[in-house]
Amino acid sequence: MIKTDALIIGAGPTGLFTAHQLKLIGLSCEIVDNLDKIGGQCIELYPDKPIYDIPAIPECTGEELTNNLINQLKPFDVKFHLSERVEEVKKNNENWEVKTNKGTEFSTPNIIIAGGVGSFEPRKFSPKECEKFENKSVFYSIKDKTVFKGKTVSIFGGGDSALDWAIELSKDSKVNLIHRRDEFRGAQATVDKMNDLANSNKISLFTKYQLKSVSGNENLDSIEIEHDNKEVKNLKTDYVLGFFGLIMQLGPIANWGLNIDKKTISVDTEKFETNQKGIYAVGDICNYPGKLKLILSGFHEGALAARACFKLARPNEKYRFEFTTSSKSIKNRLGVKE
Amino acid sequence: MPKITYIEHNGKSHTIEIANGLSVMEGAVQNNIPGIDADCGGSMACATCHVYVKEEWFNKLPKKEDGEEDMLDMAFEPKKNSRLSCQLMVTDQLEGLVVNLPEKQV
Repeated sequence: MIKTDALIIGAGPTGLFTAHQLKLIGLSCEIVDNLDKIGGQCIELYPDKPIYDIPAIPECTGEELTNNLINQLKPFDVKFHLSERVEEVKKNNENWEVKTNKGTEFSTPNIIIAGGVGSFEPRKFSPKECEKFENKSVFYSIKDKTVFKGKTVSIFGGGDSALDWAIELSKDSKVNLIHRRDEFRGAQATVDKMNDLANSNKISLFTKYQLKSVSGNENLDSIEIEHDNKEVKNLKTDYVLGFFGLIMQLGPIANWGLNIDKKTISVDTEKFETNQKGIYAVGDICNYPGKLKLILSGFHEGALAARACFKLARPNEKYRFEFTTSSKSIKNRLGVKE
Repeated sequence: MPKITYIEHNGKSHTIEIANGLSVMEGAVQNNIPGIDADCGGSMACATCHVYVKEEWFNKLPKKEDGEEDMLDMAFEPKKNSRLSCQLMVTDQLEGLVVNLPEKQV
């Protein structure tokens, strides 16, 4: 069991800056995020889009903002637990015990939820029967491409993931690529390569089609796809892959006994604490009168929640407010030489 | 103020006056219409404010900008008359607009 002064859920900009604030005042912290990379919505939804309302930064992309926040954390030792989702939370005396889906366990007086709109999960196919085949014949990500060798694989989607995998798997598998319209949103070079493979019959391309149904017993045998004009085609296939991007789901947090309204958690504006002592919510996921869903608001909320954590993590010490410009102890923590 | 009609997937209809300048998504969220999630808050990054626009209205609406069709690729059961309601700005021209909501957004 990992002991820490504070556990942050969510490695988006708010979670990162909250970690910075915790470390600055001398507390330890660890961060859990369900994505496989740091940055949250900034890195997953708009890495290349410019942001214009970060104070003192006239313009930066989601990726640049993330990299700057990671750099700002460099002086500190912050452990990240990526590709892990927090599942269970229970109270044990003064501490919260937290367990992730990978079995990592934490004991901490403070949990800071900086979860944005929830954890990212793959968007799934709409026909209900697909669930039955999930992780057997139907996949939303690929861990081991060798299972597809010599098989027929039907890939759905129009972005880079769908195209990249169609191109890659066409080397050793029979690939059907199915997309709901004629245009693909992947990188032009990738689209061109896919079109070359389609022209030389290495990839069977079906545009303006969507998945209608899947059938099979233990494993999948065939699927039906439907054209915009309602024409239905039956394709024999061993595997189906769907690449429709990610959705955000509140997930297990919904069951922690917090005051949740419209996917946001009610907090006070002094500590950003929820109705559970020692559990805070900051950033897009928190809600209070006047809440603005801006990154800068998340920074402010994290700074205050971090101070609140001090009280529970160091019950016998008094928190003293200090400036980074003048505090010796803060400079020591930052590793700055006088 | 223009009246906009939202029809839930179960057929329940809501006709609401929405101020010019708001988006059709914001009109739904502010009036607690179930079936529009709008997870990303209107930054065209999530496809959870997806609606079907009645045929007669579809061609009258301002055309999709870059990016909307890409996001619709990820929507739940997109069709030819799919739009993201965060991209539909309410104006007097939209008086009487009817949108149908998909079975679900995710």
